[in-house]
Amino acid sequence: MRVLVIEDDSEIAHFVQRGLKEIGHGAEIASDGVSGLETARDGGFDVLVVDRMLPGRDGLSVIQALRAEGNRTPVLILSALGEVDDRVKGLKAGGDDYLTKPFALSELLARIEALARRVSPEETATRYMVGDLVLDRLTHKVTRGGDAIILQPREFRLLEYLMRNAGQVVTRTMLLEHVWDYHFDPQTNVIDVHISRLRSKIDKGFDKPLLHTVRGAGYTIRHGSG
Amino acid sequence: MAAAKLLRSSVFRLTWVATLVLGLAAATAVALIGWHANRGLTLATQTAIERDAADLRRALETGGMEALTGAVQSRAGLSSSGLYWLSDRHGHPVAGNLEKHPAELNSGRRTGTFTYRTTTTQAREARDGIGAGVLVDVEGGGTLVVARDVEGQRALLSVMYRDLALGLGGLAFLGVIGGLLLARHILGRIEAMSAASEAIMAGNFAGRIPRIGSGDELDRLADHLNEMLDRIERLMAGLREVSDNIAHDLKTPLNRLRNRAEQALGDQRGSSAWREGLERTIEEADELIKTFNALLLIARLEAGAVEDSLAIVDVVEIVRGLVELYEPVAEDAGLRIVTNVAVPVHVRANRQLIGQAVANLMDNAIKYAKQTGPVGPERMVTLDVTASHDWALISVGDRGPGIREADRKRALQRFVRLDPSRTSSGTGLGLSLVAAVVHMHRGSIRLEDNAPGLRVVLVLPLVKPQATVETGPVPGTRVGDRKVEA
Repeated sequence: MRVLVIEDDSEIAHFVQRGLKEIGHGAEIASDGVSGLETARDGGFDVLVVDRMLPGRDGLSVIQALRAEGNRTPVLILSALGEVDDRVKGLKAGGDDYLTKPFALSELLARIEALARRVSPEETATRYMVGDLVLDRLTHKVTRGGDAIILQPREFRLLEYLMRNAGQVVTRTMLLEHVWDYHFDPQTNVIDVHISRLRSKIDKGFDKPLLHTVRGAGYTIRHGSG
Repeated sequence: MAAAKLLRSSVFRLTWVATLVLGLAAATAVALIGWHANRGLTLATQTAIERDAADLRRALETGGMEALTGAVQSRAGLSSSGLYWLSDRHGHPVAGNLEKHPAELNSGRRTGTFTYRTTTTQAREARDGIGAGVLVDVEGGGTLVVARDVEGQRALLSVMYRDLALGLGGLAFLGVIGGLLLARHILGRIEAMSAASEAIMAGNFAGRIPRIGSGDELDRLADHLNEMLDRIERLMAGLREVSDNIAHDLKTPLNRLRNRAEQALGDQRGSSAWREGLERTIEEADELIKTFNALLLIARLEAGAVEDSLAIVDVVEIVRGLVELYEPVAEDAGLRIVTNVAVPVHVRANRQLIGQAVANLMDNAIKYAKQTGPVGPERMVTLDVTASHDWALISVGDRGPGIREADRKRALQRFVRLDPSRTSSGTGLGLSLVAAVVHMHRGSIRLEDNAPGLRVVLVLPLVKPQATVETGPVPGTRVGDRKVEA
């Protein structure tokens, strides 16, 4: 995966670049809006990470320009502005996800990977499969090793989101945003409890657990090693 | 106080203008009176002269020249203001009390005023004056002048106008003096107020604007300014407390952060203790970031920066979602969440912010409900949504230790943790964030006794169903979970 990071703070940009390299992705850096737009136009990127406040050209206008040209590359907006309506403005301008500075690298990487997946065929698949766990999006039925698993509607959506991003880390914030549509963090570890209930339904009694906790980052559902 | 300052003062200018207007009014009134008096007197004189002349003409007609001469002579002898001249056809005087024929009256100008000198008679001394009269031709070429002295009338008018001038002069003088005195008084008080505000600006925030106690408008102004200063002082004190609290509350976790990092530095690189140390460091940093974000959000809410993110939402839907989110946590802690929600309750709000506010209350309620002992009916959290008149009420209650009435107001302030000994989790910003959210939505927050425990009631302006039609969101936007159809 190739990622373009348009960010004028070179420390943050290189931090992100190094982080992406460590998990096997390539990253290029543009340090202002104008060169960022140029580089993005050249294409070939799977995800763009765009800072909102950039020298030369404002991040939102870069995104708007790309969208006007028909460029559909997923965009993650980074912003120091934070909170409430900034998010709405960013998404209106054509951004696909929004993250406030300061951010945790694990959070950013998880979101970048989720964005790259969004345009892949799994998005439209009607059945998700991880090992012997099968989720049917049309009939809302979940089976493991052929046995039906009864899930509450919310548990189903939680599992659906995890399975759509199978093999990748999903953070608690991402779960809150996509499964509950909440853009804030409760103090209590509510997500952990939901996950542990889901885990007890899909992993209990099977020797190979599928739902894993990733320390300091979040959760992942995967089959096989680890 | 410099004289120039007095003269420039608005009070002085106002007095001066008032004096000018008053003077003009007085002058106009006196001029009108004078004109009318003059006209009345002139008319009376004219009538008297005409009647006199007619009488004399009748005397001439009935008695001839001799009778006329007699009549003129007897009239001229009287000590009145009548003036007479009768001459024969050669111009020689025949009778009357004028020394000579008044030159101003002749065949060309038969009526009018003239200057005269009277002859000396037994009755009176000769005198000069101004007369007004008519010239009458006498058969046979003689001339008769019948006139009245108008000197008195002239004198009356001139006295009148002189007195007017004096009066106006006096008025102007008094006006200027009065204006100066008034200006000095008012200016003195304003200067005192200015001096007081300058002292306050210079840093003496305890200073107040002086008042003389008469309760006049300047005193009222001073009262209002003082109330404003009181309010500003209270706000500043609050702000100072907040920044003190921020400094204190951020110092502790920063210190912990530093200690953790330092410890990790001493651990062997790659060891599990080293990893754990770094992880704890990151956790501490995350907590700090959370605190800063909450502070930032509160500041932004207080600035009212999110007005345009409001839409009509169903509070019941928000609360149901949150109950669903928190239920597993509560169950694990052996708590019941008892909800009592009515029909859809619509408010104009930001769904995320209201959600966050109620989530904060749930966090708190669960935290305190856990402290009620291992088991029992007290281990519950209540969540009610009701609509009452114009308000939507969301109340979250626990049956924990509660908050003493005296402390309830303080509990809403930033970084206030009422039990300092308790090393409770959380940023200490939860309730102040809730308060900021509610205020941004033009609502209010009440902390009540849940007997036992605490009940927090959020009061938000209700959107009535019919109002939904008028101010509802544009079709295609989301209201709660339903999409609005065109």
